[in-house]
Amino acid sequence: MKILIPIKRVVDANVRVRIRSDGSGVETEHLKMAMNPFDEIAVEEAIRMKEAGSAEDLVAVSIGGPRTPETLRTALAMGADRAVHVLVEGEVQPLEVAKLLRAVVEREQPRLVLMGKQAIDDDSNQTPQMLAALLGWAQATYASRIRLEGEELEVAREVDEGIEVVRVRLPAVVSVDLRLNEPRYASLPNIMKAKRKPVATLTPAELGVDVTPRLVYTRFEEPPGRKAGVKVASVQELVEKLQAEGVFG
Amino acid sequence: MSALVLAQHDGGRLEAATLNTVTAAGKLAEAVDVLVAGRAVEQVAREAARVAGVRRVITAEADHLAHPMAEDLAPLVVQQAEPYTHLLAPATTFGKNVMPRVAALLDVAQISDIVEVLGPDRFRRYIYAGNVLTTVESRDAKKVITVRTTAFPPAQAEGGAAEMVAVEAPPATGLARFVGREVHRSERPELTSARFVVSGGRGLGSKENFRLVEELADALGAAVGASRAAVDAGFAPNDWQVGQTGKIVAPELYIAVGISGAIQHLAGMKDSKIIVAINKDEEAPIFQVADYGLVADLFKAVPELTEAIRKLKANPGA
Ligand SMILES: Cc1cc2nc3c(=O)[nH]c(=O)nc-3n(C[C@H](O)[C@H](O)[C@H](O)COP(=O)(O)OP(=O)(O)OC[C@H]3O[C@@H](n4cnc5c(N)ncnc54)[C@H](O)[C@@H]3O)c2cc1C
Ligand SMILES: Nc1ncnc2c1ncn2[C@@H]1O[C@H](COP(=O)(O)O)[C@@H](O)[C@H]1O
Repeated sequence: MKILIPIKRVVDANVRVRIRSDGSGVETEHLKMAMNPFDEIAVEEAIRMKEAGSAEDLVAVSIGGPRTPETLRTALAMGADRAVHVLVEGEVQPLEVAKLLRAVVEREQPRLVLMGKQAIDDDSNQTPQMLAALLGWAQATYASRIRLEGEELEVAREVDEGIEVVRVRLPAVVSVDLRLNEPRYASLPNIMKAKRKPVATLTPAELGVDVTPRLVYTRFEEPPGRKAGVKVASVQELVEKLQAEGVFG
Repeated sequence: MSALVLAQHDGGRLEAATLNTVTAAGKLAEAVDVLVAGRAVEQVAREAARVAGVRRVITAEADHLAHPMAEDLAPLVVQQAEPYTHLLAPATTFGKNVMPRVAALLDVAQISDIVEVLGPDRFRRYIYAGNVLTTVESRDAKKVITVRTTAFPPAQAEGGAAEMVAVEAPPATGLARFVGREVHRSERPELTSARFVVSGGRGLGSKENFRLVEELADALGAAVGASRAAVDAGFAPNDWQVGQTGKIVAPELYIAVGISGAIQHLAGMKDSKIIVAINKDEEAPIFQVADYGLVADLFKAVPELTEAIRKLKANPGA
């Protein structure tokens, strides 16, 4: 089975972003970048499926600017076989990402697309569902366990009520949640080996997709701040403060 | 302008999140309709018809909608979408799963997790784990939206008298099927709409110790939450996770016990009215957002607090 793994290059989860002084956007220049954490989990899961003998060809794909191949190399160093870079400068929104991914799916013909449930920069949580819709495929979102059973996948999904188990027909799109696995670190020899793995480059024009954003972000602001309050010296003092706030009725 | 709200329900009752979504829809459109999909959901439809501000309740009943999958729900929403300018659902795992599928089928962008309506095509939403508040404009003819429920008060559950109509759902796609649900049943209030929430973090150290958090919650009549680290370590079930990738809560009182206050956790609770933090590390970032901070060993402080609250409740005058 061939698996396509869409990954996004984002500002590292431990870095705090700043708003540009003119309010025109978020300053991302010179910040530490990384693979979207959920996408690392998707890459890890694909590698485990390959190690278990249920997948052969693992193709990582990323849409982004000229430095995107750095992030694709991480996926290759972890264990993906090859990579596709769709070169686009500037912002690409989920619907357009989904359309580009559909075009890549049509070329690559994977049986499974494994991807993160959410990008930690835009926090959209849309692209997997949109891709599944465009392909007319099943979608299993927020996966915390995936089991291949013949022509179906059984997926445990993290939902607000607990865990929901669904069965989806292949081909399918699966989006992964944090507890699916613990992604591996790439070893030095594998990082070296990854340098020789192929990375193909495509453009939206070659894929026939218009990537003009539909949504216009017109303002970026600091959220209303919270001020640190007071330290209380004891449980007794805490209870008194809460009583004064009228918490107990 | 008219809006269609996709109802979230459990087959027997309308979920509270639907009421918050109706409020958001009411800020966008003069007419708000509600779509109830399921098997034998007449009771839910009647409940929806009593919600103040709802014009019409559209019911689609079919066997294959008993546990509706996004693959089957999205075509139904699309089938009904024609007259509406806005299509909304709560930003719960239910709504987040279905609405992007609807948006893609309609070839429009989705606006995720809105916290404010500025106009029929202008909204506010957070990006970067709550670090940046944005204003976003949609130029699409139809707006597909998910709504952060804590940002909009619930519509009145009673007082409406909506018209009721039934429609036929598109046939089952057969792409996906529901197998089962492991639901964590509890007598406690529901996390996202609770008045009080007590959350525990890695500082609790074990599942057994996590009971200290639960006992404090029960003394207060609070819902229980957890940090990701506590859930990952198996101290608490996944549906208790509060944060960027868990649930968003905004209770009157949020007590964080043994939680450091990572940005991803704050994203889920920083709109709480009063925040209390109990942590032994006085440098913990949680204290930067806490109204009342207690630097203490939780194993001593939490049982003491539970006891004090029990006493207060037993003897309110004292
Ligand atoms: C993509 C991504 C998404 C994430 N999403 C979420 C999310 O939705 N929700 C979330 O919570 N996190 C999320 N995280 C994880 C987040 O970054 C933190 O790792 C996590 O919140 C830490 O949990 P914690 O505060 O319980 O643990 P820690 O950071 O380990 O803090 C434990 C705290 O307990 C205190 N403590 C220890 N012993 C005691 C004691 N005896 N008495 C008092 N205090 C004590 C310590 O001083 C410390 O401050 C996410 C991370 C990533 C990368
Ligand atoms: N530019 C991109 N390139 C490749 N994959 C992406 C891109 N943007 C989003 N994705 C995928 O879609 C998932 C969800 O992203 P989002 O819908 O933006 O929250 C991510 O975890 C990635 O797997």
